[in-house]
Amino acid sequence: MNRFYVLLGVVAAAAVAFLIYSTQQEPGGAAAASNPNVPITAQDRAFPGYTLGSDSAPVKVVEYIDYECPICAMFATVQFPTIRDQLINTGKVQWRLRDYPLPPTTHQWSHLAANAVACASEQGKAWDMVDALFDHHDWALQKSNPTSVFRGLAQSVGVNPTTWDACLASNKYAGRIQASANEGDSLGVNGTPTLFINGTLVRARATSDLVQHIADSLIAATKKK
Amino acid sequence: MSRHRQAIAVLALVGIAVATYLWLHAIGVIGVLKCGSGGCEIVQASKYAELLGIPVAFYGVVGYATLFGLSLVGARPALVARAWPTRWLAVLSGAGFLFTLYLTSLEMFVIHAWCRWCLASAAIITAIFVTALAGLPRKT
Repeated sequence: MNRFYVLLGVVAAAAVAFLIYSTQQEPGGAAAASNPNVPITAQDRAFPGYTLGSDSAPVKVVEYIDYECPICAMFATVQFPTIRDQLINTGKVQWRLRDYPLPPTTHQWSHLAANAVACASEQGKAWDMVDALFDHHDWALQKSNPTSVFRGLAQSVGVNPTTWDACLASNKYAGRIQASANEGDSLGVNGTPTLFINGTLVRARATSDLVQHIADSLIAATKKK
Repeated sequence: MSRHRQAIAVLALVGIAVATYLWLHAIGVIGVLKCGSGGCEIVQASKYAELLGIPVAFYGVVGYATLFGLSLVGARPALVARAWPTRWLAVLSGAGFLFTLYLTSLEMFVIHAWCRWCLASAAIITAIFVTALAGLPRKT
Protein backbone atom coordinates (compact mmCIF):
# COMPACT_ATOMS: atom_id res chain seq x y z
CA MET A 1 0.00 0.00 0.00
CA ASN A 2 2.83 2.39 0.85
CA ARG A 3 4.45 1.84 -2.54
CA PHE A 4 1.15 2.77 -4.13
CA TYR A 5 1.05 6.14 -2.38
CA VAL A 6 4.71 6.78 -3.23
CA LEU A 7 3.90 6.11 -6.88
CA LEU A 8 0.90 8.44 -6.70
CA GLY A 9 3.09 11.12 -5.16
CA VAL A 10 5.71 10.78 -7.87
CA VAL A 11 3.09 10.96 -10.64
CA ALA A 12 1.39 13.94 -8.98
CA ALA A 13 4.69 15.79 -8.54
CA ALA A 14 5.66 15.14 -12.17
CA ALA A 15 2.25 16.33 -13.37
CA VAL A 16 2.36 19.51 -11.31
CA ALA A 17 5.93 20.24 -12.44
CA PHE A 18 4.95 19.73 -16.08
CA LEU A 19 1.92 22.02 -15.80
CA ILE A 20 3.90 24.75 -14.06
CA TYR A 21 6.65 24.45 -16.66
CA SER A 22 4.07 24.65 -19.46
CA THR A 23 2.56 27.84 -18.14
CA GLN A 24 5.95 29.51 -17.85
CA GLN A 25 8.21 28.05 -20.52
CA GLU A 26 6.42 27.92 -23.83
CA PRO A 27 8.73 26.42 -26.48
CA GLY A 28 6.45 27.75 -29.16
CA GLY A 29 6.00 31.02 -27.42
CA ALA A 30 7.97 33.78 -25.88
CA ALA A 31 11.54 32.57 -25.82
CA ALA A 32 11.47 30.77 -29.14
CA ALA A 33 9.95 33.70 -31.01
CA SER A 34 13.18 35.63 -30.66
CA ASN A 35 15.80 35.43 -33.38
CA PRO A 36 18.95 37.40 -32.56
CA ASN A 37 20.29 36.91 -36.11
CA VAL A 38 17.82 39.33 -37.66
CA PRO A 39 19.18 42.90 -37.65
CA ILE A 40 16.66 45.37 -36.24
CA THR A 41 16.81 49.07 -36.97
CA ALA A 42 15.34 51.94 -34.99
CA GLN A 43 12.79 52.31 -37.79
CA ASP A 44 11.79 48.67 -37.30
CA ARG A 45 11.25 49.29 -33.61
CA ALA A 46 9.24 52.44 -34.27
CA PHE A 47 6.71 50.72 -36.51
CA PRO A 48 3.44 50.65 -34.51
CA GLY A 49 1.65 47.85 -36.38
CA TYR A 50 -1.41 47.80 -38.59
CA THR A 51 -4.12 50.03 -37.20
CA LEU A 52 -7.87 49.92 -37.76
CA GLY A 53 -10.22 52.52 -36.32
CA SER A 54 -10.11 56.05 -35.06
CA ASP A 55 -7.07 57.45 -33.26
CA SER A 56 -9.51 59.16 -30.87
CA ALA A 57 -11.18 55.89 -29.85
CA PRO A 58 -11.26 55.63 -26.03
CA VAL A 59 -10.25 51.97 -26.04
CA LYS A 60 -7.06 50.78 -27.72
CA VAL A 61 -6.61 47.09 -28.37
CA VAL A 62 -3.31 45.58 -29.45
CA GLU A 63 -3.45 42.04 -30.80
CA TYR A 64 -0.32 39.92 -31.13
CA ILE A 65 -1.05 37.64 -34.01
CA ASP A 66 0.30 34.68 -35.92
CA TYR A 67 -1.34 34.27 -39.32
CA GLU A 68 -0.89 30.49 -39.35
CA CYS A 69 -2.47 30.04 -35.93
CA PRO A 70 -5.90 28.36 -36.24
CA ILE A 71 -7.21 30.04 -33.11
CA CYS A 72 -6.25 33.43 -34.59
CA ALA A 73 -8.08 32.40 -37.77
CA MET A 74 -11.17 31.42 -35.82
CA PHE A 75 -11.06 34.67 -33.85
CA ALA A 76 -10.58 36.68 -37.06
CA THR A 77 -13.42 35.03 -38.94
CA VAL A 78 -15.94 34.36 -36.16
CA GLN A 79 -15.39 37.04 -33.50
CA PHE A 80 -13.66 39.90 -35.24
CA PRO A 81 -16.46 40.84 -37.71
CA THR A 82 -18.69 41.65 -34.72
CA ILE A 83 -15.91 43.64 -33.07
CA ARG A 84 -15.32 45.55 -36.30
CA ASP A 85 -19.03 46.35 -36.73
CA GLN A 86 -19.96 47.15 -33.16
CA LEU A 87 -16.79 48.56 -31.67
CA ILE A 88 -14.30 49.72 -34.30
CA ASN A 89 -16.70 51.18 -36.87
CA THR A 90 -18.60 52.98 -34.10
CA GLY A 91 -15.44 54.74 -32.89
CA LYS A 92 -15.28 52.97 -29.53
CA VAL A 93 -12.20 50.89 -30.21
CA GLN A 94 -9.01 51.23 -32.19
CA TRP A 95 -7.43 47.89 -33.11
CA ARG A 96 -3.73 47.43 -33.76
CA LEU A 97 -2.16 44.25 -35.09
CA ARG A 98 1.35 43.29 -34.07
CA ASP A 99 3.26 40.43 -35.63
CA TYR A 100 4.07 37.53 -33.38
CA PRO A 101 5.04 34.71 -35.73
CA LEU A 102 5.71 31.51 -33.83
CA PRO A 103 8.89 29.67 -34.81
CA PRO A 104 8.95 27.31 -37.82
CA THR A 105 8.97 24.29 -35.52
CA THR A 106 5.46 25.28 -34.49
CA HIS A 107 4.16 27.11 -37.56
CA GLN A 108 6.16 26.64 -40.71
CA TRP A 109 4.76 29.54 -42.74
CA SER A 110 4.11 32.20 -40.10
CA HIS A 111 7.10 34.36 -40.99
CA LEU A 112 6.27 34.13 -44.69
CA ALA A 113 2.67 35.14 -43.99
CA ALA A 114 3.83 38.08 -41.84
CA ASN A 115 6.08 39.17 -44.70
CA ALA A 116 3.19 38.80 -47.14
CA VAL A 117 1.12 41.17 -45.00
CA ALA A 118 4.03 43.59 -44.59
CA CYS A 119 4.50 43.71 -48.36
CA ALA A 120 0.78 44.30 -48.89
CA SER A 121 0.96 47.10 -46.32
CA GLU A 122 3.33 48.96 -48.65
CA GLN A 123 0.37 49.33 -50.94
CA GLY A 124 -2.11 50.20 -48.19
CA LYS A 125 -3.61 46.72 -48.18
CA ALA A 126 -2.43 45.25 -44.89
CA TRP A 127 -5.86 44.62 -43.39
CA ASP A 128 -7.25 43.38 -46.71
CA MET A 129 -4.40 40.89 -46.87
CA VAL A 130 -4.94 39.82 -43.26
CA ASP A 131 -8.63 39.21 -43.99
CA ALA A 132 -7.74 37.26 -47.14
CA LEU A 133 -5.22 35.07 -45.27
CA PHE A 134 -7.77 34.17 -42.62
CA ASP A 135 -10.74 33.80 -44.98
CA HIS A 136 -8.77 31.27 -47.05
CA HIS A 137 -6.90 29.62 -44.23
CA ASP A 138 -6.59 26.23 -45.96
CA TRP A 139 -3.02 27.21 -46.86
CA ALA A 140 -2.09 26.69 -43.21
CA LEU A 141 -2.98 23.00 -43.49
CA GLN A 142 -0.76 22.39 -46.51
CA LYS A 143 2.80 21.22 -46.26
CA SER A 144 3.77 22.90 -49.54
CA ASN A 145 5.11 26.45 -49.66
CA PRO A 146 2.09 28.79 -49.87
CA THR A 147 3.85 31.71 -51.62
CA SER A 148 1.79 31.26 -54.79
CA VAL A 149 -1.41 31.15 -52.71
CA PHE A 150 -0.37 34.35 -50.93
CA ARG A 151 0.38 35.95 -54.29
CA GLY A 152 -3.09 35.07 -55.54
CA LEU A 153 -4.67 36.44 -52.37
CA ALA A 154 -2.61 39.63 -52.63
CA GLN A 155 -3.78 40.09 -56.21
CA SER A 156 -7.38 39.44 -55.20
CA VAL A 157 -7.30 42.35 -52.72
CA GLY A 158 -5.81 44.72 -55.28
CA VAL A 159 -2.10 44.48 -54.56
CA ASN A 160 0.27 44.98 -57.49
CA PRO A 161 1.81 41.49 -57.72
CA THR A 162 5.10 42.53 -59.32
CA THR A 163 5.91 45.01 -56.57
CA TRP A 164 4.71 42.53 -53.96
CA ASP A 165 6.93 39.77 -55.44
CA ALA A 166 10.00 42.00 -55.26
CA CYS A 167 9.19 43.00 -51.70
CA LEU A 168 8.70 39.41 -50.56
CA ALA A 169 11.92 38.26 -52.24
CA SER A 170 13.88 41.03 -50.50
CA ASN A 171 12.67 39.92 -47.04
CA LYS A 172 13.09 43.56 -46.11
CA TYR A 173 10.51 43.47 -43.32
CA ALA A 174 12.19 40.67 -41.36
CA GLY A 175 13.60 43.18 -38.88
CA ARG A 176 10.26 44.91 -38.42
CA ILE A 177 8.50 41.61 -37.80
CA GLN A 178 11.20 40.48 -35.39
CA ALA A 179 11.02 43.82 -33.53
CA SER A 180 7.30 43.26 -33.06
CA ALA A 181 7.88 39.70 -31.80
CA ASN A 182 10.56 40.93 -29.41
CA GLU A 183 8.19 43.58 -28.12
CA GLY A 184 5.61 40.85 -27.52
CA ASP A 185 8.19 38.79 -25.63
CA SER A 186 9.05 41.73 -23.41
CA LEU A 187 5.36 42.27 -22.62
CA GLY A 188 4.75 38.65 -21.62
CA VAL A 189 3.09 37.34 -24.78
CA ASN A 190 3.39 33.56 -24.89
CA GLY A 191 0.91 32.57 -27.55
CA THR A 192 -1.53 33.89 -30.09
CA PRO A 193 -3.85 35.63 -30.24
CA THR A 194 -2.88 37.73 -27.23
CA LEU A 195 -4.77 40.93 -26.57
CA PHE A 196 -3.79 44.03 -24.64
CA ILE A 197 -6.71 46.31 -23.90
CA ASN A 198 -5.61 49.81 -22.96
CA GLY A 199 -2.23 48.33 -22.16
CA THR A 200 -3.45 45.49 -19.92
CA LEU A 201 -2.73 41.92 -20.92
CA VAL A 202 -5.91 39.88 -21.24
CA ARG A 203 -5.30 36.37 -19.93
CA ALA A 204 -8.43 34.76 -21.34
CA ARG A 205 -9.61 33.30 -24.61
CA ALA A 206 -10.40 36.28 -26.86
CA THR A 207 -14.06 36.60 -27.84
CA SER A 208 -16.13 39.50 -29.14
CA ASP A 209 -18.27 39.35 -25.98
CA LEU A 210 -15.18 39.66 -23.79
CA VAL A 211 -13.78 42.58 -25.78
CA GLN A 212 -17.19 44.28 -25.84
CA HIS A 213 -17.59 43.82 -22.08
CA ILE A 214 -14.15 45.22 -21.28
CA ALA A 215 -14.52 48.07 -23.77
CA ASP A 216 -17.93 49.04 -22.36
CA SER A 217 -16.56 48.94 -18.80
CA LEU A 218 -13.61 51.14 -19.74
CA ILE A 219 -15.79 53.61 -21.59
CA ALA A 220 -18.25 53.76 -18.67
CA ALA A 221 -15.37 54.29 -16.24
CA THR A 222 -13.99 57.11 -18.42
CA LYS A 223 -17.38 58.84 -18.52
CA LYS A 224 -17.72 58.71 -14.72
CA LYS A 225 -14.45 60.61 -14.37
CA MET B 1 -9.55 -5.94 -6.60
CA SER B 2 -7.38 -3.46 -4.75
CA ARG B 3 -4.71 -3.65 -7.46
CA HIS B 4 -7.26 -2.74 -10.12
CA ARG B 5 -8.39 0.31 -8.18
CA GLN B 6 -4.81 1.37 -7.50
CA ALA B 7 -4.00 1.11 -11.19
CA ILE B 8 -7.08 3.17 -12.03
CA ALA B 9 -6.02 5.80 -9.48
CA VAL B 10 -2.62 6.18 -11.16
CA LEU B 11 -4.14 6.28 -14.65
CA ALA B 12 -6.77 8.80 -13.56
CA LEU B 13 -4.08 11.02 -12.05
CA VAL B 14 -2.25 11.06 -15.37
CA GLY B 15 -5.60 11.78 -17.03
CA ILE B 16 -6.16 14.75 -14.71
CA ALA B 17 -2.77 16.15 -15.79
CA VAL B 18 -3.52 15.73 -19.51
CA ALA B 19 -7.02 17.20 -19.24
CA THR B 20 -5.77 20.09 -17.08
CA TYR B 21 -3.08 20.86 -19.64
CA LEU B 22 -5.69 21.05 -22.42
CA TRP B 23 -8.05 23.05 -20.22
CA LEU B 24 -5.35 25.60 -19.29
CA HIS B 25 -4.72 26.03 -23.00
CA ALA B 26 -8.45 26.44 -23.67
CA ILE B 27 -8.78 29.26 -21.14
CA GLY B 28 -5.65 31.02 -22.41
CA VAL B 29 -3.21 30.26 -19.58
CA ILE B 30 -0.98 28.14 -21.82
CA GLY B 31 -0.18 29.74 -25.16
CA VAL B 32 0.89 26.91 -27.44
CA LEU B 33 0.40 23.20 -26.92
CA LYS B 34 3.46 20.99 -27.24
CA CYS B 35 1.98 18.89 -29.98
CA GLY B 36 4.60 18.12 -32.62
CA SER B 37 2.10 19.07 -35.31
CA GLY B 38 -0.61 21.70 -35.79
CA GLY B 39 -3.29 19.11 -35.06
CA CYS B 40 -3.82 20.04 -31.43
CA GLU B 41 -4.47 23.67 -32.24
CA ILE B 42 -6.84 22.79 -35.07
CA VAL B 43 -8.84 20.49 -32.81
CA GLN B 44 -8.76 22.91 -29.89
CA ALA B 45 -9.84 25.78 -32.14
CA SER B 46 -12.79 23.84 -33.55
CA LYS B 47 -16.34 24.40 -32.35
CA TYR B 48 -16.29 20.87 -30.92
CA ALA B 49 -13.73 21.92 -28.30
CA GLU B 50 -16.59 23.43 -26.28
CA LEU B 51 -19.78 21.89 -24.95
CA LEU B 52 -22.50 24.12 -23.49
CA GLY B 53 -20.02 26.98 -23.42
CA ILE B 54 -17.49 25.06 -21.34
CA PRO B 55 -14.23 23.68 -22.75
CA VAL B 56 -14.52 19.92 -23.30
CA ALA B 57 -11.20 19.51 -21.51
CA PHE B 58 -12.82 20.76 -18.30
CA TYR B 59 -15.29 17.88 -18.42
CA GLY B 60 -12.21 15.67 -18.68
CA VAL B 61 -10.69 17.23 -15.55
CA VAL B 62 -13.93 16.67 -13.61
CA GLY B 63 -14.35 13.13 -14.97
CA TYR B 64 -10.81 12.02 -14.17
CA ALA B 65 -10.95 13.68 -10.75
CA THR B 66 -14.14 11.73 -9.99
CA LEU B 67 -12.53 8.45 -11.11
CA PHE B 68 -9.43 9.29 -9.09
CA GLY B 69 -11.40 10.00 -5.93
CA LEU B 70 -13.58 6.93 -6.31
CA SER B 71 -10.63 4.63 -6.94
CA LEU B 72 -8.78 6.02 -3.90
CA VAL B 73 -11.81 5.51 -1.68
CA GLY B 74 -12.31 2.03 -3.12
CA ALA B 75 -8.66 1.11 -2.51
CA ARG B 76 -8.98 1.72 1.24
CA PRO B 77 -8.75 -1.48 3.30
CA ALA B 78 -12.29 -1.07 4.64
CA LEU B 79 -13.73 -1.12 1.11
CA VAL B 80 -11.37 -3.44 -0.73
CA ALA B 81 -13.73 -6.38 -0.41
CA ARG B 82 -16.77 -4.40 -1.56
CA ALA B 83 -17.74 -4.62 -5.21
CA TRP B 84 -19.62 -1.34 -5.62
CA PRO B 85 -16.58 0.94 -6.12
CA THR B 86 -15.42 -1.12 -9.09
CA ARG B 87 -18.95 -1.24 -10.53
CA TRP B 88 -19.16 2.55 -10.34
CA LEU B 89 -15.69 2.88 -11.82
CA ALA B 90 -16.79 0.67 -14.73
CA VAL B 91 -19.99 2.66 -15.28
CA LEU B 92 -18.31 6.09 -15.11
CA SER B 93 -15.27 5.13 -17.17
CA GLY B 94 -17.62 3.46 -19.66
CA ALA B 95 -19.46 6.76 -20.08
CA GLY B 96 -16.12 8.52 -20.46
CA PHE B 97 -14.99 5.93 -22.98
CA LEU B 98 -18.13 6.45 -25.11
CA PHE B 99 -17.74 10.23 -24.95
CA THR B 100 -14.08 9.89 -25.96
CA LEU B 101 -15.10 7.60 -28.82
CA TYR B 102 -17.44 10.36 -30.04
CA LEU B 103 -14.70 13.02 -29.76
CA THR B 104 -12.15 10.82 -31.54
CA SER B 105 -14.60 10.14 -34.37
CA LEU B 106 -15.04 13.92 -34.72
CA GLU B 107 -11.28 14.26 -35.10
CA MET B 108 -11.21 11.54 -37.73
CA PHE B 109 -14.31 12.32 -39.79
CA VAL B 110 -15.23 15.97 -39.19
CA ILE B 111 -12.19 18.00 -38.11
CA HIS B 112 -9.67 15.89 -40.06
CA ALA B 113 -6.90 16.58 -37.59
CA TRP B 114 -5.41 14.65 -34.71
CA CYS B 115 -4.68 16.12 -31.32
CA ARG B 116 -2.05 13.92 -29.69
CA TRP B 117 -3.01 15.00 -26.19
CA CYS B 118 -6.62 14.07 -26.91
CA LEU B 119 -5.43 10.68 -28.17
CA ALA B 120 -3.39 10.28 -25.00
CA SER B 121 -6.54 10.98 -22.98
CA ALA B 122 -8.45 8.49 -25.14
CA ALA B 123 -5.82 5.84 -24.40
CA ILE B 124 -6.00 6.60 -20.66
CA ILE B 125 -9.80 6.38 -20.41
CA THR B 126 -9.74 3.17 -22.47
CA ALA B 127 -7.15 1.67 -20.11
CA ILE B 128 -9.24 2.72 -17.08
CA PHE B 129 -12.37 1.20 -18.58
CA VAL B 130 -10.63 -2.08 -19.41
CA THR B 131 -9.03 -2.21 -15.95
CA ALA B 132 -12.40 -1.57 -14.27
CA LEU B 133 -14.04 -4.31 -16.32
CA ALA B 134 -11.22 -6.69 -15.43
CA GLY B 135 -11.68 -5.84 -11.75
CA LEU B 136 -15.42 -6.59 -11.69
CA PRO B 137 -16.32 -9.60 -9.54
CA ARG B 138 -17.05 -12.69 -11.61
CA LYS B 139 -19.97 -14.97 -11.09
CA THR B 140 -18.88 -18.50 -10.36
